[in-house]
Amino acid sequence: MVHDALIGPFTEFEFMRRALAAVIALSLAGAPIGVFLMLRRMSLVGDAMAHAILPGAAVGFLLSGLNLFAMTAGGLIAGFAVAILAGVVSRSTGLKEDASLATFYLASLALGVTIVSIKGTNIDLLHVLFGNILAMDDQTLLVVAFNATVTLLVLAVIYRPLVIESVDPLFLRTVSPAGGPAHLAFLALVVINLVNGFQALGTLLAVGLMILPAGIARFWTRDLTMMICIAVVAAAASGYAGLVLSFQTRVPSGPAIILVATVLYIVSVLFGRVGGIVRQLFPGRHLEA
Amino acid sequence: MAAVHFNNVTLGYDRHPAVHHLNGEVASGALVAVVGPNGAGKSTLLRGIVGILRPLDGSIHLGGFDSRDIAYLPQSAEIDRSFPISVFDFVATGLWRATGLFGGIGKAARDKILHAIASVGLNGFENRPLGTLSGGQMQRVLFARVLLQDARLIVLDEPFNAIDSKTTTDLLALVKHWHGEGRTVLAALHDMEMVRTHFSETLVLARGPVAWGPTAEVLTPENLMVAMRMCEAFDDSAAACAADNARARAA
Repeated sequence: MVHDALIGPFTEFEFMRRALAAVIALSLAGAPIGVFLMLRRMSLVGDAMAHAILPGAAVGFLLSGLNLFAMTAGGLIAGFAVAILAGVVSRSTGLKEDASLATFYLASLALGVTIVSIKGTNIDLLHVLFGNILAMDDQTLLVVAFNATVTLLVLAVIYRPLVIESVDPLFLRTVSPAGGPAHLAFLALVVINLVNGFQALGTLLAVGLMILPAGIARFWTRDLTMMICIAVVAAAASGYAGLVLSFQTRVPSGPAIILVATVLYIVSVLFGRVGGIVRQLFPGRHLEA
Repeated sequence: MAAVHFNNVTLGYDRHPAVHHLNGEVASGALVAVVGPNGAGKSTLLRGIVGILRPLDGSIHLGGFDSRDIAYLPQSAEIDRSFPISVFDFVATGLWRATGLFGGIGKAARDKILHAIASVGLNGFENRPLGTLSGGQMQRVLFARVLLQDARLIVLDEPFNAIDSKTTTDLLALVKHWHGEGRTVLAALHDMEMVRTHFSETLVLARGPVAWGPTAEVLTPENLMVAMRMCEAFDDSAAACAADNARARAA
């Protein structure tokens, strides 16, 4: 009975196996990126970028259908255009970067929705906005896995400057010029992983599988390595449970995955070892030293 | 051989000078205090030396070493102390010059790091997250990192602000140790008593240089009065610097 509910769907249906493989690949790459987004106080930048890359992905989608290569390329172009424009405007005018980013991502989002609705159908728009992980073909799955692999390799290369730049940017500037390139490479990874999540979760929720697990992990450890591991496990667990939930009920897969992650998040906020609410309310007797 | 050579350097922000037409040089191995009221340009000068701030005019020459030979301890360090990193890992970043992007941290390096942490009196703090340290402990951690950087020029921006006397004494001993090793040390300071007792050479700064030389001769009430009188505010309608105009005409 339990076996039928929890494992049955995956042994029985190939599309469920593909979906599970995809969601694990997304977790492995997206969750570490999410941890850094959170620690660099860029959680909402990730969200803004998710909107910003829509027109690029939409153009790719319209030219070649749900082809992740085309969508990734388009998304990267749009994402970098917005990031660079926002950076240029804020640096040349003194406007704060978040303010100029907000302007450009909203413009980009409006453009994206316009392109999709003029050229495509409403179904296309829904597909781009919310994705459908259950309709994943082999080729798409390979692209997702490829992007995840690239992400982990690049992250390994930029890990050290990225960490130092997050803690003490001024210090890194005095010892090495690696900070700027590392930041740009990190932004590229954010865009790649957002686009990677399109097929599974859609533009609006793609960032969810990055940010929510990071938020969960923050409540369980003070160690960066552990934090990344917990985030990956939380993301994969949410993906698996969300797929089961979606299979057994009529909840669409993308929202199901994010809702499961939300439940995990709430549990962490309440019972987490580091700063969880229950811990704070009932801390136990104070220590000797 | 001069460690730092100022060649009519003007440093500032948005064309407004914070350090104005400074000439002179810091001898290699010198122990120099930079004093002056708030807004005198002390931090600006130090930022110029370590290369974070580019001069508006003139130049700063470093005697034969590049920016990697400099260890800089900023004033209000823009350090994100909520980041989950341990004291050990944070201090270890001082070895950047040796390790770079990928270099591993072997047994010898580990010993060096542990030794640096012990030298600032933080034994047992290796695995503590940065966020759990007090202000004084954090300053000790920063000194430990400077120690590991093994730099020939050490630039300290008000390193003893809001630090208790015990910690100040410990850290000051490190500064004198660096001086003894022949490193060049520049420190922006507020405590005149400390400057008189421990620093042989002083630069009194008030946007422009007021006096520069042996501490006993330079740190006089008159000089300090001159420095105090300096106007702090930028003048938004200030004309282009006359000294520059004169030079431009001459050229």
